[in-house]
Amino acid sequence: MSKVTELLKKAVGMCRGQIKGESKVKKIEINPMTRLEGHGKIAIFLDESGNVDDAFFQTVEFRGYEKFLQGMPIEEVPRTVSTVCGVCRAVHFLCSMKASDNVYGVTPPPTGRKLRELFYSAHTVEDHTAILYALGFPDFVVGPDASPAERNLIGLINAVGVETGRMVLQKRSLAVKIFEILGGKPNHPVAALPGGWSKRLSEEERAQIEKWSEELVELGKLTLQVFEDVVLKNPKYMELVTGDMYKVEVGYMASVDEQNRFTLYDGTQKVIDAKGDLVGTFTGKEYLDFISERVLPWSYLKFPYNKKLGSWDGIKSGPDTNIYCVGPLARMNVVDSMSTPLAQEHFEKFHNTFGLKPVHYILGYHWARAIEILAAAEKCLELSRDPEITGSDTWNKPTSCTGEGVGIIEANRGTLIHHYITDDNGIVQNANLIVSTTHNNAPINLAVKTAAKHFIKDGNVSEGLLNHVEMAFRPYDLCLACATHTVTAGQLPVEVNIYKSDGEILRQMKNF
Amino acid sequence: MAEKIKFGFLLAGGCAGCEMALVDMSEKLLDALGHLDVVFWAPTVADVKYKDLEAMEDGYIDLAFVDGMIRNTENEHTVKVLRQKSKTLVAFGACASLGGIAALGDCHSQEELFSQAYKDTFSTDNPDGIYPQPECTWEGKYDLTLPAFTNRVSTIDQLVEVDYFVGGCPPHHDFIAQLVQAIVSGNLPAKGSWLTSGKAVCDICKRNPADHDQKRLPIGEVFRTVDGRPDEDKCLLQQGYICFGPVTQGDCGASCLNVNIPCRGCGGPIPGVRDYGARCVSTITSSLKDDETAEEFVKKFNDMAKFCYRYSYSAGILNQKLTPGK
Ligand code: SF4
Ligand code: SF4
Ligand code: SF4
Repeated sequence: MSKVTELLKKAVGMCRGQIKGESKVKKIEINPMTRLEGHGKIAIFLDESGNVDDAFFQTVEFRGYEKFLQGMPIEEVPRTVSTVCGVCRAVHFLCSMKASDNVYGVTPPPTGRKLRELFYSAHTVEDHTAILYALGFPDFVVGPDASPAERNLIGLINAVGVETGRMVLQKRSLAVKIFEILGGKPNHPVAALPGGWSKRLSEEERAQIEKWSEELVELGKLTLQVFEDVVLKNPKYMELVTGDMYKVEVGYMASVDEQNRFTLYDGTQKVIDAKGDLVGTFTGKEYLDFISERVLPWSYLKFPYNKKLGSWDGIKSGPDTNIYCVGPLARMNVVDSMSTPLAQEHFEKFHNTFGLKPVHYILGYHWARAIEILAAAEKCLELSRDPEITGSDTWNKPTSCTGEGVGIIEANRGTLIHHYITDDNGIVQNANLIVSTTHNNAPINLAVKTAAKHFIKDGNVSEGLLNHVEMAFRPYDLCLACATHTVTAGQLPVEVNIYKSDGEILRQMKNF
Repeated sequence: MAEKIKFGFLLAGGCAGCEMALVDMSEKLLDALGHLDVVFWAPTVADVKYKDLEAMEDGYIDLAFVDGMIRNTENEHTVKVLRQKSKTLVAFGACASLGGIAALGDCHSQEELFSQAYKDTFSTDNPDGIYPQPECTWEGKYDLTLPAFTNRVSTIDQLVEVDYFVGGCPPHHDFIAQLVQAIVSGNLPAKGSWLTSGKAVCDICKRNPADHDQKRLPIGEVFRTVDGRPDEDKCLLQQGYICFGPVTQGDCGASCLNVNIPCRGCGGPIPGVRDYGARCVSTITSSLKDDETAEEFVKKFNDMAKFCYRYSYSAGILNQKLTPGK
């Protein structure tokens, strides 16, 4: 039995009894930070000599969707389950809709499928743009060591120019408009039908969407240009991008199409280990052969691991770990190429720059995200020019019920899985949801610990710690980036309290 | 121009969709910010933290929005503090004003919710059957805490006094723009009111039979949305697709009907209705032709509580009777 397992056993026993031990370690707590539905925190513990003993990213909320969806007709589920997250405004909706296709054993006609994909592509542009500009770019454009008062979207706009900033906001809103035309509501959409889509697109609407999509492609190009100018051409930043303090060595999982290319709406899940070797591919219910989720008492969020690579072995990185992550970086590591021409050029540059595949440098997430804005915008344009998109045949009516359905989608934050069992009338009896941020739970913990270990030495908490810890969890985009960040400050409030062993506050640091 | 309004926004137990709706106002939001001085926006915006909110003078904030319901002890605490610090408090969106979708959790016990998520789900690995704990000592030395899950979901006004209510999951950004306009011009109704156009979804809906000089007729057949494709121009309810438009506030501009999908009530009850779900049932059943149709309705939607109270279970009388509060 490994030492980790031994410790785990012991700890589990203690937690069950809720024993509050006399702590010998110093605790640093970062609270609040935010995540998917709002709230999370970080606790860092120092050992006797003042070095980081361990660090924890804790998710503090729980809702219970997997239970209360039971009893609902499956076709009512997409618009209901969408409220898991209001930032990822389309993904739970789409994923449960795909599961509902399976439940009724029906596939959408080409027009229905294309409308869904157009809808999702528009969401990707809107969401990735908000995340990148509000969270990712300020660290680089304004600078990781800049004052927190400036290291935010406003500072970013000042740095790139007000005109550029306004243009970005305005173009992003076009993606939201496409979303509303196709989905009904601008958030928590409703147009899903098992076997298709309830909305038909008129020629007038199509022409409008085509025009807007052209602008979205421009937004993608502009975004990559900003990344190039600011990050790639700056050796200081490239040191961070390829630095060990932001390196987390884990496996990856993402969707690929039949030619092993990038795909968001539909595909096969491909899983690689931390060395980059193929572990396997799966669709539908086969996810259960690959994924297991461990429950730990200090987080409401479970900890998935790749069970093909062995049973739960704690949260650890390295070539033999069975922890894996999902999202933009995972996609760049798993696919052979992009499926649109302009994004492909940038994909090649991405890999030429890093040299090694898989890329374990988590700041690469931001670059990957920028490439995906362009990829999704190109997809919008392609679909808006597809003659079939205005077809009237958007729905194949279900005729029978299979009683079970699994939906899998490459959500913006990574692979999302919804699994439902129903009765003969399509009424949900059982449900299982594995959301993107859940897959990344262990890697986020690793990222925070790695950065903390790097920046806290011998009891000295470096002044730069706060932002550098933020830079470690931001790439994963824990749905932190509710674009409300775009309104005022644009950075996450982080407070670190350093406690003495007796619990008294020794020192307090804030970034606001 | 008068002094800027000191504005606060708290995300309690919501999904942040309401906050995104504010962001979706785009340029109009930038205009609005000309009148608003954001003094608190947590945890999603960086200005001020809970601790600093606590340090503010009572009544320091002129106008505060809360989105999300009360789901744990942290929500309880922050909402109480916000109330104390705010002159005017608005329960913003379906969760805050009615409980929202996550309030459907109250149809089950906490044990049922936890055992499904942490033990029974197909992919869960939990050999020792543990649940997340409000307090735990991990590996014998790390003291870690989590907010505790409350007995039931509460609306904001079940915990503190609320001055205004806004429906919608989330409220439509066009409506928010009108709202903000009304607020900055000081054009507000009596405290305790809903901020609403006062119209039902049917009043806004282009399919309303009254707009086409047609009478509403008794409904002879009931359909789920998988059963067929409704005529895109005719009233869904008249065609047998159960639609809550008659009893729901239409500040959304009838969004769902625009894509041929029935209303499920996220706007909240039309003025004068105390219990949304009960009103839904009575309105729908009284539109049905006969007992046989009523039976068909019950058979097709046998999750009546989850169907009719989808966005408003916490505010309903039923839940308050069945699930004891704190
Ligand atoms: S009302 Fe809807 S959009 Fe607003 S927080 Fe609740 S679930 Fe999210
Ligand atoms: S019942 Fe529904 S479809 Fe009919 S008029 Fe009212 S909102 Fe429109
Ligand atoms: S039509 Fe009904 S469910 Fe749809 S957005 Fe309006 S109020 Fe909400």
